[in-house]
Amino acid sequence: MNELPILSILLILPVIGILLLTFISSNSESDGNLKQTALWVSFLNFIISLVVLFNFNQVDPNFQFVEKYYWLGDTISYHVGVDGISILFVVLTTFLVPICILASYNNIKFSIKEYLIAFLALETFMIGVFISMDLILFYLFFEGGLIPMFLIIGIWGGERRIYSTFKFFLYTLAGSVFMLLAVIFMYWEVGTSSIPILLQYEFSYDAQIILWLAFFASFVVKIPMWPFHTWLPDAHVEAPTAGSVILAGVLLKLAGYGFIRFSITMFPDASHYFAPMIYALSIIAIIFTSLIALVQEDMKKLIAYSSVAHMGFVTLGIFTFTIQGIEGAIIQMISHGIVSAALFLCVGVVYDRMHTREIERYGGLVNRMPLYSFSFMIFILASLGLPGTSGFVGEFLVLLSIFSVNTYFAVFATMGVVLAATYSLWLYRKIIFGQLIKDDLKDILDLSSREIVIFAPLILLTILIGIYPIPVLEIIEPSSQLTLEIINGKMD
Amino acid sequence: MIHSIVLLPLFGFIISCLFSFFKSDQTIDRITQTVTSLFITISAILSFYLFVINLSDPQVYKFTLFTWITSGDLSVNWSLYIDAVTRVMLVVITSVSALVHIYSIGYMSHDDSKPRFMGYLSLFTFAMIMLVTADNFLQLFFGWEGVGLASYLLIGYWYKKPSANAAAIKAFIVNRIGDFGLALGIFTIYMVFGSIDYQVVFENVDKFDETNFNFIGYDINAITLICFLLFIGAMGKSAQLFLHTWLPDAMEGPTPVSALIHAATMVTAGVFLVVRCSPLFDLSVEASSFVTLVGASTAFFAATIGLVQNDIKRVIAYSTCSQLGYMFFAAGLGAYGAAMFHLFTHAFFKALLFLGAGSVIHSVHEEQDIRKMGGIYIFTPLTHAMMVIGTISLMGFPFTSGFYSKDAIIEAAYLSDAMFSNYAYFLGTLGVVMTSFYSWRLMFLTFNGNTRMEEQKFREVHESPYVMLIPLFILAIGALSFGYIFKSYFIGGASVEFWSHSIAIHYHEHHHIPFLIYYLPAMLGILGFIIAWYMYLKNTRIPAAVASLNEPLYKFLLNKWYFDELYNYIFVIPARSIGKFFWKIVDDYFIDGFGPNGIASMVLKISEKARSIQTGFIYHYAFSILIGLSFLITYFIFVI
Repeated sequence: MNELPILSILLILPVIGILLLTFISSNSESDGNLKQTALWVSFLNFIISLVVLFNFNQVDPNFQFVEKYYWLGDTISYHVGVDGISILFVVLTTFLVPICILASYNNIKFSIKEYLIAFLALETFMIGVFISMDLILFYLFFEGGLIPMFLIIGIWGGERRIYSTFKFFLYTLAGSVFMLLAVIFMYWEVGTSSIPILLQYEFSYDAQIILWLAFFASFVVKIPMWPFHTWLPDAHVEAPTAGSVILAGVLLKLAGYGFIRFSITMFPDASHYFAPMIYALSIIAIIFTSLIALVQEDMKKLIAYSSVAHMGFVTLGIFTFTIQGIEGAIIQMISHGIVSAALFLCVGVVYDRMHTREIERYGGLVNRMPLYSFSFMIFILASLGLPGTSGFVGEFLVLLSIFSVNTYFAVFATMGVVLAATYSLWLYRKIIFGQLIKDDLKDILDLSSREIVIFAPLILLTILIGIYPIPVLEIIEPSSQLTLEIINGKMD
Repeated sequence: MIHSIVLLPLFGFIISCLFSFFKSDQTIDRITQTVTSLFITISAILSFYLFVINLSDPQVYKFTLFTWITSGDLSVNWSLYIDAVTRVMLVVITSVSALVHIYSIGYMSHDDSKPRFMGYLSLFTFAMIMLVTADNFLQLFFGWEGVGLASYLLIGYWYKKPSANAAAIKAFIVNRIGDFGLALGIFTIYMVFGSIDYQVVFENVDKFDETNFNFIGYDINAITLICFLLFIGAMGKSAQLFLHTWLPDAMEGPTPVSALIHAATMVTAGVFLVVRCSPLFDLSVEASSFVTLVGASTAFFAATIGLVQNDIKRVIAYSTCSQLGYMFFAAGLGAYGAAMFHLFTHAFFKALLFLGAGSVIHSVHEEQDIRKMGGIYIFTPLTHAMMVIGTISLMGFPFTSGFYSKDAIIEAAYLSDAMFSNYAYFLGTLGVVMTSFYSWRLMFLTFNGNTRMEEQKFREVHESPYVMLIPLFILAIGALSFGYIFKSYFIGGASVEFWSHSIAIHYHEHHHIPFLIYYLPAMLGILGFIIAWYMYLKNTRIPAAVASLNEPLYKFLLNKWYFDELYNYIFVIPARSIGKFFWKIVDDYFIDGFGPNGIASMVLKISEKARSIQTGFIYHYAFSILIGLSFLITYFIFVI
């Protein structure tokens, strides 16, 4: 199996899909062909990622399926591989992209070809981020992903799309500039940009502080943490449904992954030094963005703010430097990738029918949409972290780990769980329950078979990970242990 | 056998879940009603069988199903752990649940989504069973939140009513506040014991008796801290003082739900938790005293509110709240057996009262205000008889179930010399009078006297169908006889073997209790009956006179001590305004104003300025060069 360059195939297949799409003419008759092509290409990629997953050796904490080709001299190379931390994100990406394409079947009215091309390009970039074992390569993919996302929001977005897309793009880019400087510095310091070597390298304390801050500047915007989060609600509100799905589902996780892979492992002293600040920002995110979510009038904004709160748990977990914290953070990211994606899809379902996201315009949907209400309920419950759903496992592990580090922060973070219940159930009640009195809702239709196909796997995964998360945890555990060993080794 | 007790309700839930997506018609309704009721009934029979065969020769059954979470040295299993405490709970849960399932067939006959209702009931039963069969705190937490979910769904079952939706959310949120404490308790247990398995924790409690744990800056005895935190969870679930506000509102749900969840089973989960953790509570005087204090206060406080409420279900709800207080202060005083015994008997007589109330509501066309009833016993003799049985058991009339269990609690308070035991004894005995009074007030206003209903409606009052009455008969048997039958196992001579280490038992020698003290509760109960009879049947002008005599107190009680209003001002309104503030002021004004938007407009301004310098006229540039040159020359002349 290892002879086959399977990760490269994973990376290149969407590009092949793009080439195929360019050969199909973009008139209204061939729209179906375009969608079919993109869907099957992305689905095939998902199958391939599953092949990777099943051939992945769970016991081995190191990088697997490694491929290395010299690229720029013998220090910067095309070097890819996956370990227990990254592989699940790859699968999450390949899993969500077909769902996104399926969700865009009816609501993208123009330039469908370009739209699909942007999505496939985005897929390549995102997979690239997770499988890069070279820092330069990582940076290229990390930043490259901004371009298709910029276009998706800027072209196919809502009314204020221009403002939102520029805010999103410039904000994240500004943060990343510092990371680029740090990458260059590290290259000159160590003489290579190979991540496995950098992971073992011990930077001096002062260098760590600077480098940590530079990486932090990039990740803090992207994850996003309070107070660098204001681009996210705007971007979500204006993005088309599938854009929101991929933004919440995968793009936010790039930074969480970066925190684990780079910040805490390469700069452990600096990470310990800054950990209290991270805790404080995370707690503010958890408590205050939850309170903000409570008073939102726009469905997408509410979910966007809840995303910030959920990502607060991720950063909290990562910087506890405990096995439960890191595993909890990863599983929280996976779960949030599924659940928030699903919640945005839920918003998309009613937006496609009613063309409004205003909460007040809805009410009593359960009377006509039982299947929709059922699906929505599952995701709301996962979002508020009910035991037995995927949302609980991550939150529990993170809270447990932060409790072992600092009980103050644990008390506040646990309070956030109460608030999560408040805004989630409030949203659900406003949209789903009550009498169906608004005239324009009287003929609203329940989920179509296409939408059922979209939601079914998401519901299954949400419950499966909630009740039996062991397979996921087993994949994460060895590499997380290794990460901690590296950190502790450097700290001594 | 044990697996089927647990899994049958789950299958019932899944089946009715699937059926609820079909267009509801009679066949589908019939199938789901039959299947779910049958499953739970089988489960109940098995539980009862399991209970009986282990009465004198108790065993502990333990099955591990599969691993749930492992991370580092934390490992949690899905498992079934059945000891004496669990068996008592299983009997209560499955038998009341089975009867409620059957009763609902009649009660919900006019409803248009029966599969959904039956499904929720089964889901609740499953979650509750998972709660009591856990062998670790996390599975307990799963069940704990699971029953909270089922309760949320069932309170909000009539989703078209805004009040039902509000009550459902309130119940879930208040419970979550309790769960917040419970979760912190579980974290502390893990930190102290390195495990969250019951077995590991309870076997090692002695080792950590003296351990201190630093919690938010305070060094507290670890066991005390754990008990306090766990008890916050118990207070939320069991609607104890300060976290009780959701329970009366929960009466928005259909009445069978109130009987099952908000009387017999879910609300007793808090008591179960304290009893389950009795090895921990036993070691902490502070925590136990706190439990006593809260329990006794709630027993009194809820009873005072019950005196003046006019909604038939709310009176019973406050009564439940009050009775839970009795169970708690018994547990706080170390009388865990008595607490469990009262839990057991209470489940039967309170479910009987609730289902009886449901039958009344069914008979009088969905009217719930007892001021608009009266005199209906001639039309509903069977319901009336069953309600009388429930009431005498609740008031502790000699030789009914309630008599034995309540007496055991008050005796424990009398004999105990722990902190707050006198307080508990005093409020407990006072509560007995009030309990009897409000119960008979309810009975008299509902069934006796002259009717206050409209004549048309009064003539249409009818007895409920047998599918509703038979569950009442069965519960009545329990309410009358279970106290006598099982008293020796729960609290009497056979209790040590019966519980067999599943709870902490205190072997205090048998005190001699004065005859007067022994029969005092019963006599006080009769006193309450006489007062109620005098006020509501004999001389019906008195209640209004009493109310007007002390208007502020009456208002205070009628408005439930103003807890809802208080919480609204302390929590709800500030939370929303903080949210608004952080959104509009902090996010939009400060962060965006100085951050992205601020920088963007700054760049714009600076480039505007920079543009105006570049005019394109030669003489402007020449002028700048001249000025620059003169500065340079001056610099060189004066500095060098």
